[in-house]
Amino acid sequence: MRRTLDAWQALLGKELRTEARTMRSLPAMVLFAVTTFIIFRYGLDRTQLSGSLAGGVLWTTLLFASILGINRIFVSELEEGGFDSFRLAPVASNVFFAAKAAALFIYLTVLELIVVPVFALFFLPDWAALLPLIPVLLIANLGISLLGTLISSMAVNSTSRDLLVPLILLPLIVPLMIAATGASAPLFDASGPVFDGFGGWLMVMGLYDGVFLLVGYAVFDFLLED
Amino acid sequence: MRPSALRLLSIATVITLIAGFGLVFFWTPMDADQGFKQKIFYLHVPLAIMALVGFIAAGVEGYRHIRTGNSRHDLNSYVFIHISVVFGVAVLVTGAIWAQASWGKWWVWEEPTLVSFLIVFLLYCTYYPFRYAIEDRERQARYASVFAITAGAFVPLNFIAVRMAESVIHPRVFATAEGGLPPSMMLTFLVCMAGIALLWVTLVKLELVGKRVNGQISKLQRLVGEEPAGSSTGRRVSPQAEV
Repeated sequence: MRRTLDAWQALLGKELRTEARTMRSLPAMVLFAVTTFIIFRYGLDRTQLSGSLAGGVLWTTLLFASILGINRIFVSELEEGGFDSFRLAPVASNVFFAAKAAALFIYLTVLELIVVPVFALFFLPDWAALLPLIPVLLIANLGISLLGTLISSMAVNSTSRDLLVPLILLPLIVPLMIAATGASAPLFDASGPVFDGFGGWLMVMGLYDGVFLLVGYAVFDFLLED
Repeated sequence: MRPSALRLLSIATVITLIAGFGLVFFWTPMDADQGFKQKIFYLHVPLAIMALVGFIAAGVEGYRHIRTGNSRHDLNSYVFIHISVVFGVAVLVTGAIWAQASWGKWWVWEEPTLVSFLIVFLLYCTYYPFRYAIEDRERQARYASVFAITAGAFVPLNFIAVRMAESVIHPRVFATAEGGLPPSMMLTFLVCMAGIALLWVTLVKLELVGKRVNGQISKLQRLVGEEPAGSSTGRRVSPQAEV
């Protein structure tokens, strides 16, 4: 147990150090998200958003920005031979999965720390919705990072990786998006946050996270075999 | 499967389907609300059920493949998804026709079952580009199985989420306030369901036989020192039966 945790920490630390030194994913994700807000501002021709429109713009942007990061999460391992080195190490492959998913979770959280205040600044009349939005963001991040790691590790060995990740991921993520927008749209209500069905949506997202945690745990071994 | 058994299965499928559609057209009462149009129910619903059962069964076969490493299960998983995707096209077409007939629109977003089905269908459509984008055959089989498992787990989740998001206006044919389907309609539905299920099994068996024959032909060609047909075009696009 202790060894597993050490290995997980080492892998996660390596992941975060690499990102801090190369800045491969995060800056691109942030830039992409902010630019997308501007596109929505003119596409929808609105300067203020509320209700389901605000939820839709926020979640669409976050989802597409996260795909940029998901696409890259295994690329460096493939290019630098990280997969082979990991196979040589006496560590269960689930640890690798858990470390990658945790790294992705951290990227998404950092992305949201920057981008959600920008969103509020651009489109929201006040900041009242942001506090209750935090649990929705965190539970959604968990689901996106689990599923994203799984799909990315499947697609990374194929010839058309960049194409396949969004193609496979988007239908799979629809239920999570339904629940995330369902929970956050009432929070953005023009007359202040409403907690309409909030708990129910969080439970759907929790169920979703749980199912893909189990699936990832069960199958990741077979994705790493050579 | 022996040729005679396959022929028997095909004949049983044809007979059951003819009997089912005969009952649909000449025996079941007209729906009080929707009239003749409602009869597409006997085609649409069994097709949808069979497609979803096929997707889940493909996930189970995928799981058996990665557990045992036996490529037969991978082949089954591939063929199940193939036939279920074909059924899925039919489900979406008949669903659109039914929507047009009863609501006057070809597509209705408030209809959770159809929307869920579309999402599942789009997901399984990516099975082929995904599978063929992996060059190594063994890895291809393993990854396709992982896909089948993930997607199989996703099917029920998706139905829960979409149903929660939409008001429920799908015609609840089985459980209405009047106490459900009348016996004659229920019997007809069951006959049609059996017919469509037999059709699914027959198509699966046919494709498996086809793969087997292909495998035998390339084996024979290799024995006489010929290049098997299709091997010059690069990678093999679909799994073959072990001979």
